[in-house]
Amino acid sequence: MASATVLSPAQAAPPPGVAAAAPMPDVLPPVKPKKGFIGFIRRNPTMAIGGFLLLLMVLVAIFAPLLWTTDPTALAPARRTREPSAMYWFGTDMLGRDVYSRVLYGARVSLIVGFSVAILSSIIGLTIGMISGYIRLADSIIMRIMDGLMSIPPILLAIALMALTRGSVQNVIIAITIAEIPRVSRLVRGVVLSLREQPYVEAAVAAGTRTPMIIWRHILPNTLAPITVQATYICAAAMITEAILSFIGAGTPPIIPSWGNIMAEGRALWQVKPYIVFFPAVFLSITVLAVNLLGDGLRDALDPRMAKRL
Amino acid sequence: MALLEVENLQTHFRTPDGVNRAVDGVSFHVNAGETVAIVGESGCGKSVTSMSILRLIPEPPGKIAGAIRFEGRDLLKLSDREMRDIRGNEISMIFQEPMTSLNPVLTVGRQIGETLRLHQGLSRQQAEEKAVEMLTLVGIPEPRRRVREYPHQLSGGMRQRVMIAIALACNPKLLIADEPTTALDVTIQAQILELMRDLKHRVGAAIVLITHDLGVVAEVAERVIVMYAGKKVEEAAVGPLFNNPKHPYTQGLLGSMPKLGSSLHGDETRLAEIPGLVPSLKAKIPGCVFASRCPHATDLCRQVAPALEEKAPGHVAACHYATKEGAIAA
Amino acid sequence: MSAPILEVSDLKKHFPLKGGLLGSTTGYVYAVDGVSFSIEKGETLSLVGESGCGKSTVGKAILRLFDITAGQVVLDGKRIDDLSAGALRPMRRRVQVVFQDPFSSLNPRMRVRDILAEPIRNFGLAKDGKDLEERVAKLMDTVRLPRDAVNRWPHEFSGGQRQRIGIARALAAEPDLIVCDEAVSALDVSVKAQIVNLLQDLQQELGLALLFISHDLAIVEHMTHRVAVMYLGKIVEVAPKRSLFAAPKHPYTEALLSAVPVPSPGAARQRIILKGDVPSPINPPKGCRFHTRCPYAFDRCRVEEPKLNHVATALDAGHVAACHLHDRPDAENPLAVAKGAALVAA
Repeated sequence: MASATVLSPAQAAPPPGVAAAAPMPDVLPPVKPKKGFIGFIRRNPTMAIGGFLLLLMVLVAIFAPLLWTTDPTALAPARRTREPSAMYWFGTDMLGRDVYSRVLYGARVSLIVGFSVAILSSIIGLTIGMISGYIRLADSIIMRIMDGLMSIPPILLAIALMALTRGSVQNVIIAITIAEIPRVSRLVRGVVLSLREQPYVEAAVAAGTRTPMIIWRHILPNTLAPITVQATYICAAAMITEAILSFIGAGTPPIIPSWGNIMAEGRALWQVKPYIVFFPAVFLSITVLAVNLLGDGLRDALDPRMAKRL
Repeated sequence: MALLEVENLQTHFRTPDGVNRAVDGVSFHVNAGETVAIVGESGCGKSVTSMSILRLIPEPPGKIAGAIRFEGRDLLKLSDREMRDIRGNEISMIFQEPMTSLNPVLTVGRQIGETLRLHQGLSRQQAEEKAVEMLTLVGIPEPRRRVREYPHQLSGGMRQRVMIAIALACNPKLLIADEPTTALDVTIQAQILELMRDLKHRVGAAIVLITHDLGVVAEVAERVIVMYAGKKVEEAAVGPLFNNPKHPYTQGLLGSMPKLGSSLHGDETRLAEIPGLVPSLKAKIPGCVFASRCPHATDLCRQVAPALEEKAPGHVAACHYATKEGAIAA
Repeated sequence: MSAPILEVSDLKKHFPLKGGLLGSTTGYVYAVDGVSFSIEKGETLSLVGESGCGKSTVGKAILRLFDITAGQVVLDGKRIDDLSAGALRPMRRRVQVVFQDPFSSLNPRMRVRDILAEPIRNFGLAKDGKDLEERVAKLMDTVRLPRDAVNRWPHEFSGGQRQRIGIARALAAEPDLIVCDEAVSALDVSVKAQIVNLLQDLQQELGLALLFISHDLAIVEHMTHRVAVMYLGKIVEVAPKRSLFAAPKHPYTEALLSAVPVPSPGAARQRIILKGDVPSPINPPKGCRFHTRCPYAFDRCRVEEPKLNHVATALDAGHVAACHLHDRPDAENPLAVAKGAALVAA
């Protein structure tokens, strides 16, 4: 089309006898919708920050052997409780071990426990929640058991379970998973019960879809979003629980450095050598914060109501 | 001077994928004691207009520009504190959802009394007396008992009556009713519309009625503003607007509504459709906002936005081709 | 007259109310309490009434989304309310549904193609993969959506377009009857007209029967052949459209008609404003359920429940209403005269 025929109030005067409306000024500066990676960060800043911090921690955990300055388990009684310095970035503990190297190694334990518990409890909780949301008889039995489990604080339950076994990372994961399952099951059950009432599920029933297919095609995909969000919160909670268990000596064995037992070892010297507790605490807080930010961001991004707004 | 004068109101919202021009240059006035309806379909900006009058738009992400003069004072220039004195006192609002707009943990009496104690400094005792009086006014039986009840003990229709009682408690000069009967059943809607007509004579407040239901408009409004895609496209007294609509959008809306009683004359014609979809408000529309769906649109419409012109006394429309006879001369 | 496609007799659905510590049943919601009607092949029957009258429950009972408390649902001569899940499946194909909310009626995590293919696969209607694609494409044509939109997700469509997809899904099973549960109520006026026209065209082309559940009397009048009016779980009046709108024979129908706001300002019409609210279906009134709000109620209404009886009208037969007024002489029966036109200001 020839550009001369295109009129706009800004370019040309309207034909004589035509009443044109006055152009409206811009009230807000124009927003350029950004596509791709930048756009994603701008739309989901919390998720981006959380994801970035968490990625950093994961890299630290993976490359700990390259990043650490000495063997985190090497004892050196001669250079005990040194202040942070160019040589010992975070100082050394009562046994002369390098706190920096130990904190880096601790990231492994924390992240492995956090991720494993989140994944395991989500899968098991999803299964239990599905069964209980779909089979009425199972529901009344399962939910009473879950109510019972939920009446015990997860920390106490985990401590009790750890008391029955040997301290190992594996057992810590199992203990915390069992303590977190009731929460996921309840969430899934609630979501399943409300999804069953959704018109699209009723329409699928009317369209002759069999129950297993309804669950697979219509219920399951729509529970994944809330489950993913819940999984991040469980991950954060599990990392804190692991630290507490290790702190009170009921978790990761002392031979494996974890943020909880590094802090436990520094506890006696807290008044005089606070850095032994300080650095693992900071790392734990940042990691938990990162996971929670990621969860909040996911929740906002996955909530269709938020997306529809404006 | 009109009670409320809205001039070139623009309410825009920042969103991650562009500026949403929810309301873009709307002007109108409301005289004391008059009922003006703003009609349009979802997303036309009618609710945003009403929220903007009370400055209930969160800023950011929103931004209100233009002028909203209430008794000569520009509401957009008032401090937050001065604005609070006006809300619920001189201008009050009724919302669509009578359940969610009432606080579930306070008695009905407390909620009516709250505005009175806040704005008129009544004592608890006086406020309750006045609350009973208000409930009587809005036709709630046994007001002395109802005043001590909680919202969940009332039916939907009663709750909307309570909302009206709260809104009228301070004798406002202007009442903004945003879809006041949309959530109600037909027979209850009839009760509430009857109440609004009755109260208008007794209380004398001006009403801005926001609705999508042209039937409701015909029943209670005196003057009508039709909005489409953030713009006012037509304004007229209720009679001329329904009997002789000038803008193709208004004509389309009226044509797409089935008429009750049509089967009695046997004139069951096919409903007129307005083809297509409402345009996105995030892109600037160069010409007439309705051009993409208008059966009469020409290149001129797509390129030059029509100004609001008086097509008949007191009857304005924004259309290049709407003539004084109401026909489209293409 | 051919055999009806659907016959419902004395349908009851009572939802138990759970309460107390042990979750025992403390009462019932009498949502549908003895409803009978039939729909002919290719006919539209509208079920109108206000929220809580049980009209949607009737629709779901016909779709067998739950088990009914009592009564019979007969589809094309075969009783379906007592069938097992397996025996029911082939019958399900014949009754499909379009829901009110265009947003929650489509699975947000399925593409349009999969949404439309689901019923076709379930009932084994397609010979092979190519036939399936062909059928899906044809369905898109039928509901006037572009064929290439099958690869898109529900959230990429507007409300009206989603409702078209919902209709296409219902048509995919090649049903005889579609239950439209407030299928156009959530749509904007201009879009509503598009969908109403589409439904009417489809009915003509495909010879579908429709159960049109709605509270919007103007749309109902435009769409329907016959109307059944429900109040508190009961049908109070059934009549061919013209007969009902010309001469309502139940006081509730009369009040409903007069309550609809009409877009003609200043129209002189007879107004009947009902007092009070709809009573709770947990504890419905004795006698006639409408007597608490009826402007004409007399002693008999409070004790004896009226039955649906034939009433004489000028227009045609087949007009039934449940009201004691019709047992009285015409002089004492305010519903004896046809006042539909005065009520709706037509």
